[in-house]
Amino acid sequence: MILALVQILAQAATEVGTQAGELVDGLSAIGAGIGYGAAAIGPGIGIGLVVGNAITAMARQPEAAGMVRTTMFLGIAFTEALALIGFVVFILINFA
Amino acid sequence: MTSLLALEFPPVSHLLEWPDFALKGNEYLAFNKITLLSVLAMLLSLAVIWFGARKAQLIPTRGQTVAESVVEFVRENVVMQTMGAAGLPWMPFLVSVFLFIFFCNIFEIIPFIQMPVTARMAIPATLAIVVWVLYNVVGIKKQGLGGYLKASLLPPGVPKPLLPLVMLIEFVSTFLIRPFSLAVRLFANMLAGHLLLVTFAVLTAAVWSATPLALIVPVTFVTLVALTMFEVLVAVLQAFIFTILTAVYINLASHADH
Repeated sequence: MILALVQILAQAATEVGTQAGELVDGLSAIGAGIGYGAAAIGPGIGIGLVVGNAITAMARQPEAAGMVRTTMFLGIAFTEALALIGFVVFILINFA
Repeated sequence: MTSLLALEFPPVSHLLEWPDFALKGNEYLAFNKITLLSVLAMLLSLAVIWFGARKAQLIPTRGQTVAESVVEFVRENVVMQTMGAAGLPWMPFLVSVFLFIFFCNIFEIIPFIQMPVTARMAIPATLAIVVWVLYNVVGIKKQGLGGYLKASLLPPGVPKPLLPLVMLIEFVSTFLIRPFSLAVRLFANMLAGHLLLVTFAVLTAAVWSATPLALIVPVTFVTLVALTMFEVLVAVLQAFIFTILTAVYINLASHADH
């Protein structure tokens, strides 16, 4: 579907007679946007799971809250890395 | 670069790159805003500890309370939770890392400075390399080169045919991905926060006009203030996460039993 979309856009752009550079810019912007969106899905679900389970654990055993919180931040940090790499790629494609 | 409702968003290089103002043209020693701020962050972290520990009293003065609460935060939430009492000798290093990163981050929301030093890759990358060298040296020192490689590359209970694949994956994740993700995590969080604040600041400035658009100024301005408060949280949290991951990596390298 995305491929078809890109093809249609490419055709439209060449018909209008746009410069090749602008076409590349536009397509890379589309790619960056789709890429970042896709990169955010997994970590979003993952952080939800981590925090949700941490809250359950803290509610069941409030005396272990300190340890659970530390482990939760660790889990968030590992999960979040993928989304952040997606963000960096987005910045690199669009601005670098 | 892009415009929405005649709103001009500055190119990213204008938000992150600063002209040199001293030692211009020198490739290695040129001094710009980022360098100045990182030196300032170092001096501030030194000052917190220096003025806190000088003439320490049983009934703490104000400066001493600040320093003590930082040290206690790192001890209770980082060292005791990840390394246990055996990790207490690492306290000076971890407290310095925490304070330095915190000051680097907090420049993001200080008026008239408003530039997180850690939003330039150089500083997170250097810190990550320091941590990488440190945990490898600790691992080799504590377990010997062979023992350390065995502990980090051979997880117990892996079937023989899978060993080469597992070793490759473990090697990449322990020695390559770890420092990379450590640096990128800090860098990307601060860069994203900075761009977010810039976006809303530019938006607020653009709708502040004599057109009906001025009606949404309260919305954008309140969002900007709320995001600024959120960035304080992010600054502390990222310093905390970097410190805790450092502690975890050092701890993993110093024990063979995982």
